[in-house]
Amino acid sequence: MILQLLTGGVLLGCVYGLVSMGLSLIYGVMGIVNFAHGALVMLAMYVSYWLNTYVSLDPVIGTPIIALIMFGFGMILYKLVIKRVLKGPFLARMLVTFGLSIFFINMAQFLWSPDYRNIQGAISKGTFMLGSVFIELPKLVASVGSLIVAALIYWFLRKTKTGLAIQAISIDRSAASLMGINLEKLNAIAFGIGIACAGAAGSLLASYYYIFPDVGTMFGLVALVAVALGGFGSTEGALIGAILIGIIETLGGFYIGPEYKYALIFLSYVLIVIVRPKGLMGWGAD
Amino acid sequence: MLNVVKCNAAYDGVPALVDVSFNIKEGEIVTLIGSNGTGKSTIARLVSGLIKASSGTIEFCGRRIEKLPAHEIVKLGLVHVPEGRHVFGKLNVKENLLLGAYTTNDEAEVRKRLDLVYKLFPILKERMYQKSWSMSGGQQQMLALGRGLMSNPKLLVLDEPSLGLMPVLCDELFAAIKKINEEGITVMLIEQRVLEALELCDRGYVIQNGRIVMEGTGSELIESDTVKKAYLGM
Repeated sequence: MILQLLTGGVLLGCVYGLVSMGLSLIYGVMGIVNFAHGALVMLAMYVSYWLNTYVSLDPVIGTPIIALIMFGFGMILYKLVIKRVLKGPFLARMLVTFGLSIFFINMAQFLWSPDYRNIQGAISKGTFMLGSVFIELPKLVASVGSLIVAALIYWFLRKTKTGLAIQAISIDRSAASLMGINLEKLNAIAFGIGIACAGAAGSLLASYYYIFPDVGTMFGLVALVAVALGGFGSTEGALIGAILIGIIETLGGFYIGPEYKYALIFLSYVLIVIVRPKGLMGWGAD
Repeated sequence: MLNVVKCNAAYDGVPALVDVSFNIKEGEIVTLIGSNGTGKSTIARLVSGLIKASSGTIEFCGRRIEKLPAHEIVKLGLVHVPEGRHVFGKLNVKENLLLGAYTTNDEAEVRKRLDLVYKLFPILKERMYQKSWSMSGGQQQMLALGRGLMSNPKLLVLDEPSLGLMPVLCDELFAAIKKINEEGITVMLIEQRVLEALELCDRGYVIQNGRIVMEGTGSELIESDTVKKAYLGM
């Protein structure tokens, strides 16, 4: 049984991980906490849903396309909104993404109604047994997909010139500009990539999760905890933090009771932050 | 090469520089000396575009640069190695150096510059894959210098490179600055080690309370009463 729960926890944690990586990247580069991250996961799920409905694009196969759409959307969002508040007072930076989140969720309710939808006939479906562990294929596909995207981001940040520049900005902004790095341009790219992570996760989730306007809220909150747990600004820390949370959620949900599973997540977060204020792998960008 | 005319700058309304004018000619080592908090670093930050002047002009190689953003100024060949080194700690030595060459996409050119830096600072080649936070202060300073050289400077602005270094490393550092200058790179050196800086430089400026109060060749300044009394303790 424990093996079954651990598997479920890790599978869930991988998807949380992808959402969290994007959040962590955005925080590391421009020092803002994107409270709209969950709402953007939700938007990506709807995009996935509509593409499935109108052009029968499977959500899993469509993941790269949806990630790309969300990348573009992230860049636009940066240029229209985020850029303007970055130099503003602290409170504006804190609240702008919060406002965006409320806007997106209410827009979804207004345009698409609060009804639950789900995608029929996704190609990844069914279940199978691996030894004594019962695995749902869509969840496995979503978590493997999340890990692939996470690995791509990891590679991009470490091995490409643009990735290195993004890291440099998150370590030391003014030194980065002395290298000839255009902060504005790289901010936009980093924000786009962060939102693309949320988008890819949303699309992978859309293959088995119910889709409704408030669906992203819990993902956003869990991602915040994962990022704080792993250390703000550390993308790999966020991934590890998220997998831990996935495990805590499934184990706690089973042994203590499903009504307490989120309480447990936030409790373990509080405990870890008391012991290690910078998170498990925190470097703490500021 | 660099011509700063009547520049004023302030932090949050508090004036930091008052009518600062100075110039640097190609091939020179020019030093700015003065005690802590007199505005030396502000001048470095001003010419590299990290802060903007409230009035005055800055001309570099015939172009007005006082309104350009920092990342554009680097491309023109004015490279600022900031006080306190500011290496990218989480990244290794080679990655730090490659970031110095961020503005060029020509790989052969990058390799050429890397070779030059490794020739000047062999330690950086040995420690190529070491995370830069784990290096000693002296090695980090060499890395900061090397990273500045990777930007292919015409004018290298060094802000307190000797800060926190032990004396034997300082000698090494000043020798390295001389070698860099011999490679044809103009140097603007901001220093608190007044005697060493004045011995090394062609010309120098003395700054007090955000104003330039004296200028002259290195030996003139060493001999002057003001400098002797205020900075050399004689």
